[in-house]
Amino acid sequence: MDGEADGSVAASEDPGRRRRVHGMLKLYYGLNEEGKAPEQPESLDPCDINGPHFDPELYLNKLRRECSLAELMDQETCMVKQIRSLDSDMQTLVYENYNKFISATDTIRKMKNDFKKMEDEMDCLSANMAAITDFSARISGTLQDQHTQITKLSGVHTLLRKLQFLFELPARLNKCLELQAYAQAVSSHRRARCVLQQYSHLPSFKGIQDDCHAIMDKLAQELRQKFRDGGSSAKDLSECVELLLQLDEPAEELCDKFLSHARSRLESDLQGLEAEIRPYPATSTLKDASARRSSSTAAVGSPTDSSPKTSSLPSPSSNTDILEFIDRGCNEFVSSLCLVITSYQELFINHAQKGELASKNIPQMANGKLHTFVDDLAARYFSLVERRIQEEKGVGDNSLLVRALDRFHRRLQAVAKLLPGSAVPNQGTEIVVRAATERVKQYLCALQSFYMDSLTDVRQALATPRLSVAGASVAGGGAHLGGPASGRDAPTSLPELLSSLSASILNQIKSVLASVHLFTAKDITFSNKPYFKGEFCSQGVRESLVVSFIKFVCQSSRQFCESAGDKGGSTPPALLLLLSRLCLDYETSTISYILTLTDEQFLVQHHSPVTPVTTLCAEAREAAQKLLNHYVKVQGLIISQMLRKSVETRDWVNTIEPRNVRAVMKRVVEDTTSIDVQVGLLYEEGVRKAHSSDSSKRTFSVYSSSRQQARYAASYTPSAPMDTNLLSNIHKLFSERIDIFSSVEFNKVSVMTGIIKISLKTFLECVRLRTFGRYGLQQIQVDCHYLQMYLWRFVSDENLVHFLLDEIVGSSAHRCLDPAPMEQSVIEVICERG
Amino acid sequence: MEDDAPVIYGLEFQARALTAQTAETDAIRFLVGTQSLKFDNQIHIIDFDDENNIINKNVLLHQAGEIWHIGASPADKAVLTTCYNKTSDSRLVSCAAVWRMPSDWETGSHESPDDSAHNPQTLELLCRLDDSAHGNAACVLWEPMGDGKRVISLADNNALLWDLQESSTQATVSSTATLEGKGQLKFTSGKWSPHHNCSQLATANDTCIRGWDLRTMSQIYCIENAHGQLVRDLDFNPNRQYYLASCGDDCKVKFWDVRNVQEPVKTLEEHSHWVWSVRYNHSHDQLVLTASSDSRLILSNMVSISSEPFGHLVDDEELSEGEENHQEDKGKEPLKDSVVSTYEEHEDSVYAAEWSSADPWLFASLSYDGRLVINRVPRALKYRILL
Repeated sequence: MDGEADGSVAASEDPGRRRRVHGMLKLYYGLNEEGKAPEQPESLDPCDINGPHFDPELYLNKLRRECSLAELMDQETCMVKQIRSLDSDMQTLVYENYNKFISATDTIRKMKNDFKKMEDEMDCLSANMAAITDFSARISGTLQDQHTQITKLSGVHTLLRKLQFLFELPARLNKCLELQAYAQAVSSHRRARCVLQQYSHLPSFKGIQDDCHAIMDKLAQELRQKFRDGGSSAKDLSECVELLLQLDEPAEELCDKFLSHARSRLESDLQGLEAEIRPYPATSTLKDASARRSSSTAAVGSPTDSSPKTSSLPSPSSNTDILEFIDRGCNEFVSSLCLVITSYQELFINHAQKGELASKNIPQMANGKLHTFVDDLAARYFSLVERRIQEEKGVGDNSLLVRALDRFHRRLQAVAKLLPGSAVPNQGTEIVVRAATERVKQYLCALQSFYMDSLTDVRQALATPRLSVAGASVAGGGAHLGGPASGRDAPTSLPELLSSLSASILNQIKSVLASVHLFTAKDITFSNKPYFKGEFCSQGVRESLVVSFIKFVCQSSRQFCESAGDKGGSTPPALLLLLSRLCLDYETSTISYILTLTDEQFLVQHHSPVTPVTTLCAEAREAAQKLLNHYVKVQGLIISQMLRKSVETRDWVNTIEPRNVRAVMKRVVEDTTSIDVQVGLLYEEGVRKAHSSDSSKRTFSVYSSSRQQARYAASYTPSAPMDTNLLSNIHKLFSERIDIFSSVEFNKVSVMTGIIKISLKTFLECVRLRTFGRYGLQQIQVDCHYLQMYLWRFVSDENLVHFLLDEIVGSSAHRCLDPAPMEQSVIEVICERG
Repeated sequence: MEDDAPVIYGLEFQARALTAQTAETDAIRFLVGTQSLKFDNQIHIIDFDDENNIINKNVLLHQAGEIWHIGASPADKAVLTTCYNKTSDSRLVSCAAVWRMPSDWETGSHESPDDSAHNPQTLELLCRLDDSAHGNAACVLWEPMGDGKRVISLADNNALLWDLQESSTQATVSSTATLEGKGQLKFTSGKWSPHHNCSQLATANDTCIRGWDLRTMSQIYCIENAHGQLVRDLDFNPNRQYYLASCGDDCKVKFWDVRNVQEPVKTLEEHSHWVWSVRYNHSHDQLVLTASSDSRLILSNMVSISSEPFGHLVDDEELSEGEENHQEDKGKEPLKDSVVSTYEEHEDSVYAAEWSSADPWLFASLSYDGRLVINRVPRALKYRILL
């Protein structure tokens, strides 16, 4: 039954099934796939039929206890089936293994037979080998003698060849000398020298040696001659030196000679360079300066399009611009200097270190000589370069200079590499630094002169309309000062002037910054020097350029107030106003903008303390304040002058009854209006106290009807002269003290208040110095009413105008011989008619 | 140390003219001239009782006209000059005259103070300083420290030197100087220098200050454009012969060394309106008083240009050793020019300020509304100067 089952199983079996069967067998024998003992934890269970601790008794009991009969029956069939399949599997395995065993046994038997045959053959081989060894020994024994003879003969041959070389040496040297193949001669001689030295006690060798010496002396002579002549190229020269060194010439002398020779050539380079600078006579510098100015102003307008040629063209001698000059210096001088250094080092230092010369301290000596040599020449070169740089004064295009400096600096790095301990590169950097600071200074000057020039332009722009207006006023018979007229016509262009002025200054600063920024560009070799990273940015650019310029602006503005202070007329008031606004703008925004721009562009790291923005702002504000105060003063004085002249020149006692407002008052109102317009163009309105609904009339009627009447009444009653003062004093008790020439705020109303205060106070003081007749007083009444009608709108507090005009009328009433005030209605009629 | 409060005295009329009674060295006495077009003008004699802080006033009538300038004789207490305006036929004439106070003005007032207000005595006219040929008088200057025999009057563009004879009852012009130039030139103010044997005069016209030699009546120096605007007043430093102070409508007070007239030695800009009067203290010339139409009076301590720039060094030597160190420290302290004090008792323009001739630490100021204020130098400063 097993066989049948097995057969059917084997036939239908797929590998998967076989595998499974193997697995089960393995499990049974306690092996897993890898041949290791299974490590399942459940294997401890005695009821696990597949586990190693399986207890059939326990399992049976368990089954019997737990399962029903049907289940037991099923279990039984299942178990029987499994047992059968296991049995058949086992039979298959046994059969397979049996076959393999049989074939293995066969193979082993076959191998045994083969080895026996091989053993025999090996024995035969060893016997043959022994015979061969024997023969070989015998042959070498017979050939021994001949071999030694041949060796000796070949030794003699080489010796003979050497001797032949020696004998031929003088002739060969002579030939070399003739052909000027010095190098070959020297190398030949070197090869023979030791031998000759050694065998010089033999007369024949002595002869040869003497001959050689004579020839070599001649050769050395010739070499020296050649060296001295110096016409040959550097390469020839170095070859020459090399040979001489090999001929035991004293190295120090050679160094000196080499260097002096090199010096002569380098000096010719330097002279070439100097020739380019030298022809600077005084006349040409003059011409140069004027031409440069024109070029710089041209450059100022549009810094980009100014070609490098124009900036350096002016003088005939500097037709080579600085870049060309530096280029030439680099190509001629620096490169040949480098060549000299390399060949020198090659000859005297590197070479000597290898040979026997090293012991004589030659490298140190040679190095020292080289350093002094280089320092000396470099110093002259630097002085030339500096002279050339100093001539570079046009500020038009900076890139040329920067490029020249860069090249100059870059080429020196080569020297630095060749000559590590040298001070040359540092000196070069210093020159660059000096040039840069000088440049910054020049830019500051250029900025300052630009600023002054633009101010002159503004002045002219302000003056041009004034001329026409002044002419018109003269033609019209106006006998007043020309000053206020500027205020009348300038307004049309004031804001444009301001904006164009500030824009052009800002542009100029920006372009200067851009130019200066070239010094710190990444592709420039010296830009990563600590100076250019730190101090140049903070001290150089920020402090001595930008901050200095801003300070200059403030200071020059202040000077306008001081120098013009006494005359009042030398600076047009409009310019004062404009500058004050400019300074104020600087305070509010421009300064911080410029500084931020600078800091950003130059990545300024403040190692050293720098001027803070607030200080500059405070300075600008102070300047603005001063300018505005001065403006108020100047304008106030112009109006004051008119009022004063009008009061002083009139005979107030014998004047006619007023029919009109005096022309001066109209002029005052006109000028005040034009000043108001002018200021309004640049300054904001400002705060004013609320107006009463009918300011122009109401206030006037108040003082003329109530208070003034009371005053006159008092004057008429001789018994109570105190009342006048009492009333006036009581009034003053309640009004604040007025500071006439006081500081104003930055707005239109405050400025106008200041100007009107000054004017009216002057009016008051002048009135008090005069004596009035009846009509004089009435004229003043009319004038004051007219002023009241028009001036209240300009000031912050109309009570101020009211108060001052009140004082004027009051004072003139006091100074009146016959105080009979005019009817209010008549005054009004006159004023409205005027 | 509290300072005494200022003493205020009110006049009934407006007033511009103020002077100390120069010849009086015991009592603190000021003379004030009033300006009134309608009433008789008066000269108020203000006596200040320093111990009791009381003011005594006496009034004398000056019927000739309103007083623009007043000057007291340095020799005779009772003699004074005034410049006044007179109206006649609706024309204004400026005159100058020498007056004598009635001898019994003092006794009268003490006996019946109430009466004096109603029946004031009248000034006695000694002589007129009028010369029809030479315009309107602006001010009259007495010869400083002189015997009261010589005065100068400034009239329009003339400076007239008068000799007073027969106890001032007769005046004759001894010499004149005339300002020549374009336009209508007019002297606004002047000062007779106490130095050089009283042979120099300084005058102001418009923006210029001129110096004159009285012996030849010729100009010796001229400070063109001394001030931006009109020059209002001048004063000589009593101790430094070349030093001169001026003030004007540009709100500035300037100090000049007349040997170098290009630049002022020093400029003060403390006032906010025109400065009308500048006065050196008679004995301590670092103290300078200025009066302005901004209603303020300013006392400045101009140490750097005074005749005693380091205080009294002589006194230090006499001090005992213990105090010496302390004093040295104090002496080395650099004293700076400074405003000592600003007096704001006035409410109208202050046109005049004067130091007392009797007490060097006391001064008076007069504002247009007729208010006279008497003040003292702060005690702290006084002791600092004295010690």
